[in-house]
Amino acid sequence: MSAYAKPVEILIDELGRLPGIGPKSAQRIAFHLLKVDRVDAQRLADAITVMKDTVSFCDRCFNIAEGANCEICIDPKRDDSVICVVEEPKDIAAIEKTGAFRGRYHVLQGAINMLEGIGPEQLKIKELALRIAAEDISEVILCTNPNIEGETTAAFIATKILAPFQINVTRLASGLPVGGDLEYADELTLGRALEGRQAVR
Amino acid sequence: MALYRDDGVVLRTYRLGEADRIVVFYTRSHGKVRAVAKGVRRTKSKFGARLEPASIVHLQLYEGRNLDIVTQAESVGPLPQLRTDLDRFGRASVLLEVIDQIGTEGEPDPMLFKLLTGALTELDRAGNPMVVPAFVARVLVLEGVQPLLEACVHCGTEVDLVAIDLSEGGVLCREHRRGEPISNGARAVFEHLFEGRVRQVLEATSEPVASEVEQMASRMIEQHIERRLKSSTVLHQHLAT
Ligand SMILES: [Zn+2]
Ligand SMILES: [Zn+2]
Repeated sequence: MSAYAKPVEILIDELGRLPGIGPKSAQRIAFHLLKVDRVDAQRLADAITVMKDTVSFCDRCFNIAEGANCEICIDPKRDDSVICVVEEPKDIAAIEKTGAFRGRYHVLQGAINMLEGIGPEQLKIKELALRIAAEDISEVILCTNPNIEGETTAAFIATKILAPFQINVTRLASGLPVGGDLEYADELTLGRALEGRQAVR
Repeated sequence: MALYRDDGVVLRTYRLGEADRIVVFYTRSHGKVRAVAKGVRRTKSKFGARLEPASIVHLQLYEGRNLDIVTQAESVGPLPQLRTDLDRFGRASVLLEVIDQIGTEGEPDPMLFKLLTGALTELDRAGNPMVVPAFVARVLVLEGVQPLLEACVHCGTEVDLVAIDLSEGGVLCREHRRGEPISNGARAVFEHLFEGRVRQVLEATSEPVASEVEQMASRMIEQHIERRLKSSTVLHQHLAT
């Protein structure tokens, strides 16, 4: 049974695949777009296409990048010897705001969450090991979220992936209450947590 | 019917809006409960880590029209090792996903609750890979289904049992073999588990029988709930590397 015109159904279906958008919201957005001016709808469509054509993920650290590498990887003034491991590109933005970190990053593109079907294989963990083998790195800071997914991910990387390498491995220090999301930490707390990071092995 | 108290295990959580989460509990006296935890994703939340998957908590909830609201959560048994050991947490995830599938809202099953908290505590304590199979066997017994393990489901012979077909409900002899192979060691472990001799299995099962049993236990429960377990698929992918 088809309640709406086919193109509307297709759009609702596509919108419903987006994170955080349920069937009701997908319907609401589709009907909104049906009503707006063609130019406005076109601007949205263009924004998506232009982003997909020009931006992707950095070959080295998997941050968002225009071109093969991201701005941080290109910047010659950053410290090559320290890598901060984060879950998502948005965590880089939060850490950059503190000004407390001058090294480079590695984006895992998620955290281990077996209930959602995400294990180590689904993340950029192998790529982290390859970087550490290839680059001259002396310290890895594990800046995953202070919640259970972030903690199990950090513990796995520290004990199973980084163990063979002669490097310091640190984790964000206290000041970040457990259970939260990194992006909601205020700059001061996050900055302090970075400065007071602790060795995990 | 405003406020009520209960003990619960956090089965899973979903993000809701900017900083809230919907938390799905399996409670002792109310069965499965879905409730909103307000502000839980802010790093200053009073709930801290207490409302994360596998946490066992004493709860106070406010009964809402659609979803209840968590007003208090105190940790009952903190499970620190689960948080830092991926093998243990992966196995705990399988337990949680199973209960999420078979638990029902408004239909409490205190036996199932006790089984879940017991299995999580044991996993945290020792991380024994046989906890999940032991749990699965108990769940299937409680659900009133268990495979025939002593004799061929086709001809009834008790010798040379080499295969198991879960859709047929049991083991098969060499002549009638179908489904997948099962070793004598694994079959013996399942016989112990379905007859309640859990301690013996936890203490005396070693590789390679242990991993055969663990993988087969996942398929047994998947057969029963008629769907794949996401957590078991990634857990076994992870354990294989
Ligand atoms: Zn980069
Ligand atoms: Zn037979």
